[in-house]
Amino acid sequence: MGSEFHASYLDVPPGGGGLKSWIFSTDHKRIAILYLISILAFFFVGAAIGILMRLELIAPGKTLFEPSTYNALFTLHGVIMIFLFVIPGMPAILGNFFLPIMIGAKDVAFPRLNLLSWWIYMAGALLAVASLFTGGGPPDTGWTFYVPYSLRTGTNVTLAVFAAFVLGFSSILTGLNFITTVHRLRAPGMTFFRMPLFVWAHYATAWIQILATPILAITLVLVMAERLFGIGLFDPAKGGDPLLFQHLFWIYSHPAVYIMILPPMGYISEIIPTFAKKRIYGYKAIALSSLAIAFVGYLVWGHHMFTSGMSDTSRWIFSLLTFLVAIPSGVKVFNWVATLYKGSIELEPPLVYVLAFIFLFSIGGLTGLMQGALATDIHLHDTYFVVGHFHYIIFGGAVFAFMAALLYWFPKMTGRMYSKRAVWVALAHQFVGFNMLYFSMLILGMMGMPRRYYDYLPRFQTLHVVATVGSWILVAGLVVLAAALLRALRRGERAPANPWGGVSLEWTIPSPPPEENFSLPPEVGEPYDFSKGPAR
Amino acid sequence: MENRVHIPAGHVLTVWASLLVLTAVTVTVAGLHLGSFSVFTAIAIAAVKASLVLLFFMRLKVEPVIFRVMLLAAAATITVIMALTFADVAFR
Amino acid sequence: MSAAVPAPHTHRDPEVSRIGMWLFLLTEMLLFAGCFLAYAVFRVRYSGDFHFAAQELNLSLGLVNTLVLLTSSLTMVLAIAAMEQGRAGRAAAWTGATIALGAVFLVVKGFEWAAKFRHGIYPNSPALAAAHTPGEQVFYGLYYTLTGLHALHVVIGMVVLAVMLVFVLRAARSAEGEGPGALADRLENAGLYWHLVDVIWIFLFPLFYLIS
Repeated sequence: MGSEFHASYLDVPPGGGGLKSWIFSTDHKRIAILYLISILAFFFVGAAIGILMRLELIAPGKTLFEPSTYNALFTLHGVIMIFLFVIPGMPAILGNFFLPIMIGAKDVAFPRLNLLSWWIYMAGALLAVASLFTGGGPPDTGWTFYVPYSLRTGTNVTLAVFAAFVLGFSSILTGLNFITTVHRLRAPGMTFFRMPLFVWAHYATAWIQILATPILAITLVLVMAERLFGIGLFDPAKGGDPLLFQHLFWIYSHPAVYIMILPPMGYISEIIPTFAKKRIYGYKAIALSSLAIAFVGYLVWGHHMFTSGMSDTSRWIFSLLTFLVAIPSGVKVFNWVATLYKGSIELEPPLVYVLAFIFLFSIGGLTGLMQGALATDIHLHDTYFVVGHFHYIIFGGAVFAFMAALLYWFPKMTGRMYSKRAVWVALAHQFVGFNMLYFSMLILGMMGMPRRYYDYLPRFQTLHVVATVGSWILVAGLVVLAAALLRALRRGERAPANPWGGVSLEWTIPSPPPEENFSLPPEVGEPYDFSKGPAR
Repeated sequence: MENRVHIPAGHVLTVWASLLVLTAVTVTVAGLHLGSFSVFTAIAIAAVKASLVLLFFMRLKVEPVIFRVMLLAAAATITVIMALTFADVAFR
Repeated sequence: MSAAVPAPHTHRDPEVSRIGMWLFLLTEMLLFAGCFLAYAVFRVRYSGDFHFAAQELNLSLGLVNTLVLLTSSLTMVLAIAAMEQGRAGRAAAWTGATIALGAVFLVVKGFEWAAKFRHGIYPNSPALAAAHTPGEQVFYGLYYTLTGLHALHVVIGMVVLAVMLVFVLRAARSAEGEGPGALADRLENAGLYWHLVDVIWIFLFPLFYLIS
């Protein structure tokens, strides 16, 4: 860095501060913060709804709500968590903040489009909220909007589906921006195979956003057309095919799972080398496995439809292909563990969160294989086992990785350091509560508890109680973490430019970063090279 | 403009004329009652016409390789989606 | 301009915006691919019904529209070429011609749809359900969905070109404003979108009009 003085991106700009300097800013870092605040707000709403659902299920029969309310709650929980939290949240928050910095760029390729995509996100979110209070009331179809029920129900499915369509636009624009940025704005010397694995992961994710989201868009358009004009493509009475909906829906929604998990895999690949002070093991394998996961992710959607009445031929083909995903995912997990091997490990909060991630993600992965196998899936399909598996992957995987990443980059983003003791308390609660909540679900599923049910047999109650109590502990952990970070914003110690001894480009600039990121073109060397000591 | 290669106006007119001829061909062939073969020819001719538009009107021919690679990724995705859906539909 | 809103491109790189445009076009292709997938599934299931239903479509109107759109692609190319040579007046004329051809396409399409509506053939109509097999109903469902979605894209393309036309006309009147190079780049991106609409029609035409 040059010695001249630079204003941080958080400083009040010369044109005046206030809300306007944020919601009309085209600075990728400010936009990242906008995403962070709005998306986490929805996360807490979604979590609150989850708590209410668990509360209802603490005993068989009616506890708090009518069955129809419960149906609306689980739909809402799914729609908020999927479309308003994980899909936009994983790439758009940290990707926006760090992707340009990590390749030595001043901003993304299309800064105004970047701001537009946040606005479109907010518009979609507003429409989703509006769908609760207008028309026939909150949708009760589940987040998957399966036909024919979604065509017949009197609830406000049309608006909710339109909201998801709008949110898809936002996702596409982010993907488009990231791909163009990676291709055209890399600093001199930053070749593809010198990019941090974080960037590779976001690049692969962006391709999924570009190539899969339009399929969801057309599916949702067809559902709207069906409800408004009665086109008939999904309606068996008119010669249509409900299974076609499921195909189209999962052609997007399976790759969408990789939109949720690939960026977190990128976070992990940054955090582990920094705290092992060691070059990442198998750099190229991890980089290319991101693209491999993105591609293979397209081939496996049929495993969501094993019990739908699909042809036997396609069932075994999809089952076989599903096992292929385990290969690139396994490459990553083994390479991370191999990086830790004989490293000089510092057990700082981000790394411990990563270790929790590896444990939970492995359970998620292995339970995934059980459902990928055709025969066992017939038993497990549409039970709590699926719910448990999904939360191990997305919450235990993606969200734990996200928390690790937030703790890793928090000092960089805010210029403040948080209380590590509070973080240990938070993690202990989260880990215990998480496993109580979701491992119970795995067992319940094996015992035959179907998902989405309002009521259940008395013999399932013990595990339901364990799960509900677990949900309280888990949320307590989340609240402690949120409180610790909020407190650090005001009272935390000043963070140095490179608190963890990282070597990627974001650690070469001050915390918080100056508005222009770099005053001089950054020097680019081999990635993960710890031999020269921490970046300065 | 910078160092971009241009497609001469004469070529553009030739491409347009070829598109019209191919349209005539596909209409004629459709009238021949070739059975299931006619779908195949119709799509093949459409693919040739689309390629002409992509390569010359949309200048893919003179763009850097990466543009064609990107298009190929989309084409591969569409192919995979079609093929795997038919693994179900064709055997149901 | 306040410092919170820094100028996006101080250094102009037309390839950046072209990559962005192409990526957007890929999403449009995938959008229609979803429709074509539905078409393929039903076409295999109801090939006989599709054969009969397609006979009721008006081949000559479809053919006219094909020629109109192909020609509009040509005028688009000519508009961009003129702009690149700095001849804004000529570029404006060709852009206007492209918009006009788009309008012709929509008018023809309108007549075609209107004729079908008069025969009671439209989605969810009693006549469609009473006098047609499920396969034929699906054919019309696809016909309206795909041609409707395509027509919507024609409209969007025309709006984009109309906005470009305003810029080009402004450039023709005065030497001020952005240089012809920057304007040609933007016109080219608008043109890419217009050509894509043409490419999609190239596939729609045989799939609906040439299978009887």
